[in-house]
Amino acid sequence: MSEKKLTKKDLTSMFIRSNFHQGSWNFERMQALGYCFSMIPVIKRLYEGEERKKALKRHLEFFNTQPFVTAPILGVTAAMEEEKANGAAIDDGSINGVKIGLMGPLAGVGDPIFWGTLRPVLAALGASLAMNGSILGPIIFFLLFNAVRLGIRWYGIKYGYEKGTEIITDMGGNKLQKLTEGASILGLFVMGALVAKWTNLNIPVEVSRITQQDGKVVVTTVQNILDSLMPGLVPLLLTF
Amino acid sequence: MEINILQIVLIVIIASIAGIGSVLDEFQTHRPLVACTLIGLVLGDVKTGIILGGTLEMMALGWMNIGAAMAPDAALASVVSAVLVIAAKQDVSAGIAVAIPIAAAGQVFTIFARTLSVGLQHKADKYAEEGNLKGIDMCHIGGLIIQALRVAIPALIVSLISPQAVNAMLSAIPEVITRGLQVAGGFIVVVGYAMVMNMMQAKYLMPFFFLGFVIACFTNFNLVALGVLGTIFAILYIQLNPKYSTASATGDIDDLDDL
Repeated sequence: MSEKKLTKKDLTSMFIRSNFHQGSWNFERMQALGYCFSMIPVIKRLYEGEERKKALKRHLEFFNTQPFVTAPILGVTAAMEEEKANGAAIDDGSINGVKIGLMGPLAGVGDPIFWGTLRPVLAALGASLAMNGSILGPIIFFLLFNAVRLGIRWYGIKYGYEKGTEIITDMGGNKLQKLTEGASILGLFVMGALVAKWTNLNIPVEVSRITQQDGKVVVTTVQNILDSLMPGLVPLLLTF
Repeated sequence: MEINILQIVLIVIIASIAGIGSVLDEFQTHRPLVACTLIGLVLGDVKTGIILGGTLEMMALGWMNIGAAMAPDAALASVVSAVLVIAAKQDVSAGIAVAIPIAAAGQVFTIFARTLSVGLQHKADKYAEEGNLKGIDMCHIGGLIIQALRVAIPALIVSLISPQAVNAMLSAIPEVITRGLQVAGGFIVVVGYAMVMNMMQAKYLMPFFFLGFVIACFTNFNLVALGVLGTIFAILYIQLNPKYSTASATGDIDDLDDL
């Protein structure tokens, strides 16, 4: 019996499909169908007949995490499926166990890093350029964000696949905790800065007097008094 | 400004891309920064599109879908407000004011679309029983189409209404409401930050938030400088934290104790 092996093409195909991970997000099983969609090249290569049906069902179970960190999970499950197809004693439960076991902690890392830090920082950078009418704003945001994202997807799948089940023991180390904590500090720091720098622009507050001359507004507000005390105090208090 | 047929077609296409982007959250085509710029490009006023996009983006920084929670919908808000501002010649602040109720409406649409997708999930189960790979692919793509339509259809309706009608509708909104919505815009940003901070579950790191706030208040550092500062603080914190430097040592001792 020849050994069943995933080709580079299968992994590439999985990478491309994984960009559409959340396409059929629904309130019942969330990203389950998307996960199965990404696994299809693997399942197609490894299984036939009854085994294929079982594999499909296995990957239609509930799944939800931060979308980019799905990549290493896909890689790990692809490696496990490969072992299983070659006769290793891996049952359905352990593959789904790995998925469930990884999605929680990885979402805990991915959400603050990508949604809490990377996107707000890049978007704020892009937006501050865009507000002056520069086309560079949207371009920088779009290119940088997608470069980071695609890199993580590609190397995540590769890393997960190569390391196979090893990655799970890796989670025990404090490397990930360091990364999460560091990213949280950066995120909080930048958010603090953003609250001060940007949000007070949007709050006209209680107006005590307005003089309006063709579009230009001269305002004396409570905000002016607050600003002289400490700029951006109101948005800071609002955060709580 | 009259919108011609070609422009309407392009708006619908961009709206679809934004809708797909909004559910995928991968390419970020639903972010105001990207969507408003594209609409500006189509309607021949890129600059206004970029400025509106930047302003809306600032407001929407904290809008993110985490877990099963749905944020206000940036895709529909960006597309519709960009069409209104550019085609009906409104100024950017009017666009911001309409963006908020539209984002709320979009949020309802996306929840509806994601409920519809439950049906596709069950259909996929059936295809799995038959081992039908193509069928499962189609179900997944079906979900994408639903999401594309939920932005494209409202965008089409808005583009078909004449700019005059849109203008009249906008000016019919009393100033109290538009002003209130602008204030609400400020609130929403801050609520977004608060949501992120709650999600991080790192109350003990809050001093860094205040540090960032104070430094940004009393200096003129730009975001790049602040980002570098933040990174340095993060590295210092981890290097100096006794939790990490002694982790391996205490770990060894524990192991010995276990023996």
